[in-house]
Amino acid sequence: MNPQPNSHPSNSEEPSSAMSVALAWLFVGVPLAWGVSQTFIKALALFN
Amino acid sequence: MADNSASLLDRSRTVAGPGYNRWLVPPAALAIHLAIGQAYAFSVFKKPMGALISGNVDAPAPDDWTAGQLAVIFSIAIVLLGLSAAVFGKWLERVGPRKAMMASALCFGGGFLIASLGVHLHQIWLVYFGYGFVGGCGLGIGYISPVSTLIKWFPDRPGVATGMAIMGFGGGAMIGSPLAVALMAQFKDMAPMGVAPTFIVMGLIYLAFMMFGVFTIRVPAEGWKPEGYVAPVTSSALITTANVDADNAIKTPQFWLLWVVLCMNVTAGIGVLESASPLIQESFSDAAMGAGRGVTAAAAAGFVGLLSLFNLLGRFFWSSASDKLGRKPTYMIYFGLGIALYALVPTLAASASLTLFVVVCCVIMSMYGGGFATIPAYLRDMFGTMQVGAIHGRLLTAWSTAGILGPLLVNYLRDNQKAKGLTGAAAYESVFYTMAGVLVVGFIANILVTAVSERYHVKKAAAAPAGA
Repeated sequence: MNPQPNSHPSNSEEPSSAMSVALAWLFVGVPLAWGVSQTFIKALALFN
Repeated sequence: MADNSASLLDRSRTVAGPGYNRWLVPPAALAIHLAIGQAYAFSVFKKPMGALISGNVDAPAPDDWTAGQLAVIFSIAIVLLGLSAAVFGKWLERVGPRKAMMASALCFGGGFLIASLGVHLHQIWLVYFGYGFVGGCGLGIGYISPVSTLIKWFPDRPGVATGMAIMGFGGGAMIGSPLAVALMAQFKDMAPMGVAPTFIVMGLIYLAFMMFGVFTIRVPAEGWKPEGYVAPVTSSALITTANVDADNAIKTPQFWLLWVVLCMNVTAGIGVLESASPLIQESFSDAAMGAGRGVTAAAAAGFVGLLSLFNLLGRFFWSSASDKLGRKPTYMIYFGLGIALYALVPTLAASASLTLFVVVCCVIMSMYGGGFATIPAYLRDMFGTMQVGAIHGRLLTAWSTAGILGPLLVNYLRDNQKAKGLTGAAAYESVFYTMAGVLVVGFIANILVTAVSERYHVKKAAAAPAGA
């Protein structure tokens, strides 16, 4: 994904695959989902 | 080696090739914002850091740091956020997002490491310098670094794009808080309260996490546009096709009106955040609700968590909605609806309408978050895309101002009412009515926003090199 040294990236870069997009979203989505779930569990105390 | 590393960070090395999927850019931006959003979870360290010598949060030693000393850490960070965003905005536009993200990661992660040394040596000034000053610079540079790039990748829906990134800042606190609690528990036998090693581990985790953003981010090639996208010629007088540079932008009345808009929206939101937990406990106590039916401290903490969730969701929802509604009407909703809801809160608290109270506060918090997330797209509409990151950086001084003045104002009003002997919801009436007044100021400022005069526009030939 990263450009090769000494070559212009706009000419050398491979097109992004759907898999790389999915992995990128997973990389940030998993910690975010964990944080949201922790907050949601804490918020449930209000309704108990 | 050093030269290669440096060039990898250059703007020219981050221009996307054909086939690059623009949906890789939001995760890159999120990696930065999810990390720096930890700042809003810093309060989780307050009690442990106030008991490093005694080892008991309920019985601090005389030499332990006080709550006042510890509050300064966050204040320095939030001031430096605004200042660094303002100062480094033009540098960011020149060097591109990757170098700026790298600087942010080094400052934010490094700030934790310096602060760890400060905690270890029990030198508060070192914590101020590390987390507050160095980390605060990381916050400011990181906050604005992906915004301009996102707007250029998503000219068809800038509100959605910036909403996603700035939603990450809200989510960062949700990750940072439980992570810090877990790490301090893990390291509690290794160092006083486990704080110093927790700072080291968090600094390294965030540094690594932000590297993903650094090496994933790309800027679009000159003249790139989404497939099938045709830029609207003049769909609205408030959406320019021209560009205004950062130096000229701050000379326009529109910039300062938007500064007031952001400052008022943040100040009012802080009114709720500062009052939420004590207000719900005092207004919906056992005495008001009946024995055993009052809101406990744990339930109040849950309420604060719920507000955080709506703050997060509002950032994406309202910013995305602004693409359809228009920026000015969206802020009309924030302020118009906000005035009504803020004025309603004391009545709901006094009448013990818990469900309605919670719903109203959640809507208010969603608009507080929405205000943060919609402002970059508003700036893009007014000043064009050329230096929107730098202009956004300068506007963030409004956040710093509100971040310092807001809590002072809220605490003064609340303490003043309590000194008069008022309790429960009555002690908070002046807070919410004042905040409704603050929103009136924002409402008026937003009404006064008009198109930027053409004399501030950059001539087309001069605008071209700063594209991408």
